[in-house]
Amino acid sequence: MRDELRIIYYIIRKDMRAYYLKPPAISWGILFPAAMSLSFYLRNPAGFGELAPGLLALTVLFSTTAMEAVVINFELRVGSLERLLLAPATFGSVLLGKLLGASLFGFIITALVATAVLPTCLDRGFDVVALLFIVITSLITFSSLGALISVAVKEVFEAQTLGNFLRFPMMFLCGVFIPIQTLPPGLRHLAYALPLTYTVDGFRQALGGTGNLSLVGDVLILTGFACVFVVPAVALLRRRFA
Amino acid sequence: MGYDTINAGHAAEAPAVAVSELSKRYGRLLAVDRVTFQVQHGEIFGLLGPNGAGKTTIIRVLTGLSRPSAGQVRVFAHDMERNPKEAKKLFGLVPEITNLYDELSALENVLFMAQLFGVPPQERLDRAHQLLDLFGLGSKSRVRLSHFSRGMKRAVAIAAAVVHRPRLLFLDEPTAGLDVVHARTLRRLVRRLNQEGVTVFLTTHYLEEADQLCDRIALLVKGRIVALDTPEALKDRASKGGVAVEVAFEPMLDQCAVGLGRRTGIRRVTARGDRLRVEGDKVSEVVAAIVAYAAESGTEITHIATVRPTLEEAFVQLTGLSSEVMKTEKGGS
Repeated sequence: MRDELRIIYYIIRKDMRAYYLKPPAISWGILFPAAMSLSFYLRNPAGFGELAPGLLALTVLFSTTAMEAVVINFELRVGSLERLLLAPATFGSVLLGKLLGASLFGFIITALVATAVLPTCLDRGFDVVALLFIVITSLITFSSLGALISVAVKEVFEAQTLGNFLRFPMMFLCGVFIPIQTLPPGLRHLAYALPLTYTVDGFRQALGGTGNLSLVGDVLILTGFACVFVVPAVALLRRRFA
Repeated sequence: MGYDTINAGHAAEAPAVAVSELSKRYGRLLAVDRVTFQVQHGEIFGLLGPNGAGKTTIIRVLTGLSRPSAGQVRVFAHDMERNPKEAKKLFGLVPEITNLYDELSALENVLFMAQLFGVPPQERLDRAHQLLDLFGLGSKSRVRLSHFSRGMKRAVAIAAAVVHRPRLLFLDEPTAGLDVVHARTLRRLVRRLNQEGVTVFLTTHYLEEADQLCDRIALLVKGRIVALDTPEALKDRASKGGVAVEVAFEPMLDQCAVGLGRRTGIRRVTARGDRLRVEGDKVSEVVAAIVAYAAESGTEITHIATVRPTLEEAFVQLTGLSSEVMKTEKGGS
């Protein structure tokens, strides 16, 4: 266990050093959430607080999945992931290191966006503990999703493209811009099958609003999604080296 | 298990590598076909074969980067299927294509591997500096790897592979693509590591390299080992118990080969440039036949020497392949 924890820790440290400033991480993980926040603010500064939960949720989604593509696919392409697999650790530990590295990146970016967004929510008040819970659970869930996408392909651009097939529909279905209740029944059911719905719902409650589920419910469902994404991701990674 | 116990040398009596009936299949392609061999402690063992013979596949299975379709692999008595973690603590791998991190410096790359293997902080820093100095990269230790040449990267890869003091080092085509100077330096490093007690398992398609470096060589063709022995024994097997003498006459006439070939005790005469290679059962008989022929034909012997078959000749005889296949680099160039 000590070996595994040590390896996970050093993978995170190495990924921070090697990949946090890679162009795909900057463009999808930093610039995209920043540009979106800025455009919404410029369009309607007074109503910006209403969009805060959605913007934070999108920041978590894009920052983690973009970084996961970088930390996994760069290494799959040049073969350096094999270097990690030579260490005395399991496939699961190596993937967990990658997952936590991307989560940490997501946390930093989300914290930056939150610093800009939260002052607009002061009048309604917000729950810091609840916010941390929903942020951390969402970071791990979307890192897991990013990991699953990334191990399924080889190149960074493939992971980003495949990721966009999921990220953009989620943006429009999960209550970021349009309330889920106003969606047609079919799309509403689809929305409840997507993890971003629960992240937005959790953020909404943490930022003084009301949600469709309890915060605990959101956290539990997101944890379930994380498991659903991680298990096949580890299996796919193992199959790559079968 | 801590770093101290990694090198404690348990299972010291077991072979460094024991492979039994190993097969590896990729779909319909049988890349490795029921291969069995052992690598003993302290030896340099070479897997020699043309590109596509299955050398890299075997090294990937031995290091746990690929799973066998059948058979068993043990590294220092640890089963690579059941207990790969313990085995991985005992070896290092230098892959054919350097897969270090271009974004990090040489020192950071070496330190990272030391960190993964749990080398204590002060020791890993000392060891990393020591290795980079040994490989002549001390002054460039803080330069990003993206600025390094291929040979320098290979040296860093070796440093990264041995920073945790493994007892076994796998080298996949260590000198492929390197210039003569870097290749020579690298062979010297491999010998030095071996003298320090590291068992070395290398794959190569360079006959000369295998001959110079290896204590034992396995000849691999189409996923099967066709011969396994010391380089000298392989050459002896190629000579089929006979001897060969190289001779030059003045004048060297076309009929020299024919005339010599008719003499008793001579099996075969072949032209090699401006010399003849004369094969027979005993050196004394061959030399006597040459001297007698020279006296009778009025020619003068300007050169005479016994010759042993080269590894290249042994390879050709034992595998049935042309030595040209060994000169083909990956990608067919």
